Amino acid sequence: MSDRKSGGRFVRKVADKVRRTPEAPEDDLWESVQLARHAERPYTLDYINRLCSEFEEMHGDRLYGDDAALVAGFGRFHDRPVAFIGQQKGRDTNERTYRNFGMAGPEGYRKAMRVMEIANRLGIPVVTLIDTPGAFPGASAEERGQGGAISRSIQMMWRLDVPTVAVVIGEGSSGGALGLGVADRVLMLENSTYSVISPEGASAILWRDASKARQAAQAFKPTAANCYRWGVVDAVVPEPEGGAHTDHEQAAEILDQYLYRALTELSSIPAADRRRARRERFRKLGPLRDPEGGMGMAAGRETPPPG
Amino acid sequence: MSVDRLRQLAHRDARPRKIKADAGTCPKCDSHYSADEMQRNLRVCPACGHHFPVTARERMEQLGEPGGYVELWPELRAADPLQFTDLKPYAERIADAEKSTGMGEAIVCAELEVRHQPAVAAVMDFTFMGCSMGAVVGEKFARACDYAAQKGLPLIVVAASGGARMQEGTLALMQMAKTVIALDALAEARVPVVVVLAHPTTGGVWASFASLGDVTYAEPGALIAFSGPRVIEETTREVLPEDFGRAEAQLRNGQVDDVVDRRELAERIGKVLHILRRPEMEGNGSTASPALQWAQGGAQKVKSMVGRIRPGSTDGEDA
Ligand SMILES: [Zn+2]
Repeated sequence: MSDRKSGGRFVRKVADKVRRTPEAPEDDLWESVQLARHAERPYTLDYINRLCSEFEEMHGDRLYGDDAALVAGFGRFHDRPVAFIGQQKGRDTNERTYRNFGMAGPEGYRKAMRVMEIANRLGIPVVTLIDTPGAFPGASAEERGQGGAISRSIQMMWRLDVPTVAVVIGEGSSGGALGLGVADRVLMLENSTYSVISPEGASAILWRDASKARQAAQAFKPTAANCYRWGVVDAVVPEPEGGAHTDHEQAAEILDQYLYRALTELSSIPAADRRRARRERFRKLGPLRDPEGGMGMAAGRETPPPG
Repeated sequence: MSVDRLRQLAHRDARPRKIKADAGTCPKCDSHYSADEMQRNLRVCPACGHHFPVTARERMEQLGEPGGYVELWPELRAADPLQFTDLKPYAERIADAEKSTGMGEAIVCAELEVRHQPAVAAVMDFTFMGCSMGAVVGEKFARACDYAAQKGLPLIVVAASGGARMQEGTLALMQMAKTVIALDALAEARVPVVVVLAHPTTGGVWASFASLGDVTYAEPGALIAFSGPRVIEETTREVLPEDFGRAEAQLRNGQVDDVVDRRELAERIGKVLHILRRPEMEGNGSTASPALQWAQGGAQKVKSMVGRIRPGSTDGEDA
């Protein structure tokens, strides 16, 4: 109990697990996928309300409407202002529909950009919480520029002068997730997933068979441990035993510590250096074939996550 | 090796390059064309205007001066970081694509001149695994941005892609960030980006660099969407109009600047690059903005013009 609370030793335990299981067995991977979208898992507002002493949510993109699938606003975190932005899922049927299953449209990303712009102007750090099966696939979203809204959100996150931290808290799928994912530090909760597409989407497209989601998850290996190994995320945030859904308070407390540490570290770096490092961070992602070494190409790092 | 030297070499190597030209039947109007006709017509049906797909290298020939483009970083090849297998191992898919297309990857970058306007072009090729974006596409695109910025040349992007390359998993998703960030090198160098959206431009490519052009043209009939019509219909049960996401609809939606027939494309790109060209771009290196150039070079000229309009008074206009 106490070592989970202190974070450090628990992280090392996670790191050991990462090293011991280079190829997680299929069941573990599917379990991760299930845990990442567990119905009782804490969602964005569950975290924000616990992380912030006060929070003021902003609504609307000032262009067309307000998107309930993405929440954005300013909160008081450790007695300092921080902008929080994240996709929001719903728990019961009504809320799920209201939140559009956490699938944001262009209005959502434009609201996010509006809040980022204010934060940047006022010198307030930005924290994003990623939890989405993807951006909303709908005709109206396309007509209003879903693609351009996501690309501009990516562009704006990269251009911010203030410190930025992105956290994958549940399901991080497709460009809809990455739209909030370009930050100085990218963290990932132990049981969350981060992937180019949801297992169901991949199953339908690559296997041409909707029932192969489990197999797809196995092929994509979208776990926190793997994303850490690939260099996609900078740290794995441990969850309470059994998963974040078992204890929202404790899950938020651990995340609090990780966020506080990341923001403190980042704030001591000059803005220009931070941006340069941010660019380098994303620039080096994506291994190329070694002309000498054939196709087998191991990406990433050997060291355990920083604790 | 300098690019001038590369250019000489390229000219020496058996030019003009022979491009495979297939005979074909127009899916829209059933007209038949010989291989030569297809190539001569830039793969546009002369009867009905249907735009056939074009390979990246043929596109370079269409845009550039005859025989004149210098390919950059053709040696980069995909890795298989996930040891990915769906119905077939990824490594095998790559090997097949390399063999069947004769290309190293799904994007070709080159330095060329479009109607006498020097530029760097990054052209995607749908025949190579649906031109999905993996690490090589991301890296070549980023290098093209850096290279163009360094030389003060505009970037021309011809996009056509099914989206991120799923077989490279989460790392493929990261290429969206990499390419968007790379584009800012051009912003810093104050050179424009012209994007041409060919059929189809979808998914992570549309949601990254392809939707960030300063000037954006679409080819007639090109599907331009983040989510394809099939995914939308399955998810939302919407019944989509015939022209959903097509270039003409996206022009109405305000998502592109114009729909341009391929037969006029080089002319249009050349024209817009000429309009946007700074005097300094012909010489070397200054990144002074056009506004500053106006301030510097224009002041004297304005004085003499005002003098001519209102003799004896060259100041105090707002009095
Ligand atoms: Zn025809």
